Amino acid sequence: MIGRLESRLGYLMLTLGAVIALLPVLGVLLLALNKSTTATGGFPSISSLHPSNLGHVWTEAAFGPAMKASAIITLATVAISLVVSIPAGYAFATMSFRGRGLLFYLLLLGLLVPLEAVVIPLYFDLRHFGLVDNYWGVVLPDSALSVAFGSFWMRAFFLSTPRSLVEAARLDGVGAFETLVRVLLPLARPHILTMAVLVFVWTWNDFLLPLVMLSGSTIQTAPISLVFFQSQHTTDIVGLAGAAVLTAAPVIAVYVLLQRNFTRGMLAGAVKG
Amino acid sequence: MTTTHVTPAQTELAAARVLRVGAGRTQRIRGSPPPGEPRRIGYLYVLPALVLYVAFVLAPFVHTAILSLYSWDGVTPAHFVGLRNFRDIFSNPVLLSAFEHAFILIIFYAALPTVIGLLLAGIMARSPVRGMSLFSTVLFLPYVIAPTAVAVVWRWALAPDGPLNQLLHDVGLGGLAKPWLGDFNWALPSVGLIGTWVLYGLAMVLFLAGAQKIPRSLYDAARIDGAGPVWEFLSVTLPGLRNELVVVLVLTVTAALRNFDTVYVATSGGPGTATTVPSYLVYNTAFVVGSVGAAAALGLLLAVLIFVLNSAITRLGSQ
Repeated sequence: MIGRLESRLGYLMLTLGAVIALLPVLGVLLLALNKSTTATGGFPSISSLHPSNLGHVWTEAAFGPAMKASAIITLATVAISLVVSIPAGYAFATMSFRGRGLLFYLLLLGLLVPLEAVVIPLYFDLRHFGLVDNYWGVVLPDSALSVAFGSFWMRAFFLSTPRSLVEAARLDGVGAFETLVRVLLPLARPHILTMAVLVFVWTWNDFLLPLVMLSGSTIQTAPISLVFFQSQHTTDIVGLAGAAVLTAAPVIAVYVLLQRNFTRGMLAGAVKG
Repeated sequence: MTTTHVTPAQTELAAARVLRVGAGRTQRIRGSPPPGEPRRIGYLYVLPALVLYVAFVLAPFVHTAILSLYSWDGVTPAHFVGLRNFRDIFSNPVLLSAFEHAFILIIFYAALPTVIGLLLAGIMARSPVRGMSLFSTVLFLPYVIAPTAVAVVWRWALAPDGPLNQLLHDVGLGGLAKPWLGDFNWALPSVGLIGTWVLYGLAMVLFLAGAQKIPRSLYDAARIDGAGPVWEFLSVTLPGLRNELVVVLVLTVTAALRNFDTVYVATSGGPGTATTVPSYLVYNTAFVVGSVGAAAALGLLLAVLIFVLNSAITRLGSQ
């Protein structure tokens, strides 16, 4: 009997937690679609939906170019961090070479380095190489900050695959690269997807790095557009809600589609510098 | 320390954190012989990752450490000042208070979500959870939404004429209404509660998922020994959640210390300096004020703080 009571209490907590997580999100979504641009307090009503407000914000806050910039930066970062992390994780897991342990721990250190401790030289040093105020200035550091986690994550996968697979391929005279591409990568799909989702979420949402690296440029990411829009339209509540919805929408879409992969990564304690 | 109900990656991450604690402990992850035949080609596979990492993380980090010893406005030549930037931090009450604020935020970002999550795990440890994937989808939602969007939304919700104050008026508690983010006493806790909102769901899901994997037999054994609910929690649930505890604390404490977006959008460090935090100061000092060396010192100090706290959490988790 006590067990049943506990379980009810647990579901009550879970439901309450879910409602508190969801209510502000729904509130903002409704507000963004609200008719009146002068809406202030209170919870927005569901009766007067007006989707054209989102279109208005889209033009007003120049969200078109911002979404495009965010998409370019995010997809490039996901691609680059996958392309370099997969071979690194593979080599760290299946090959032995001098200094392997040392190099791996050096890379692991990256899990602990916060962006705040690298962003200043990134700006002042990359300026000399013409890497500031363009996409590369955000994409390269963002990829590098994901590489520590990525190599680590992929190494864990390659360590978990049966050793006999790699050894059989080797005995058959299959090269290391072919073993990776033909034998292991098809098995790694869920693992790769998890990493891709996490890097996507981190990169899309990131604010400090693009704020600094694109400060002198007309390129704006979605979060930057949102913040600029808010500083210019502090009283346009409906517009602000619309801008917030637009900024969050792509990540929410990716998250809902690949929820299982995301949760797997979070359960493993994924972190980014 | 490896228990049967953890994923390989989770054990690995925990092991990686153990590694930072001290050289004596690294033995744990060196247990197995290095896999694979000697292959020089390995260097070629790790090269791109290492080049990217060294160029855009490691070298800048070292450069931050060097810059922290200089006085530099970012334009004219820098000059060496030794440890003066650090002395300035420790003798300047405004700069010091930023670190104090970061520690207060840990209560809201890390302690509260952890307590909520552990409470739930303690209650539900022995019963299977129906609808777990739906719950976890919703509970993770605040965490995946861009922090800037979260801050914009809460800035509206907590505004002087926003929905929260409206609600207080409606239920006859109008006396409690205040400009939450503009109030000297309430701004920091308000920023903190935004963090609680973002992170409690994550803690709930991680602890609950962990608790579901604790073998039922341990609970039956505890019950036979006459354990009450509290003792059962302390002797079975909590030890079984050790890895999850490390993961949650590392994630949430780091989030508390690296709070930039929320403060930038919701309060800009104000009112006065009531919500200045190290992350915000690093940005503001370097790119607005133009004291690059001082900002580098702040950034380095923040990194050291994150190193130290993460190591402490890991050590706690491995005992």
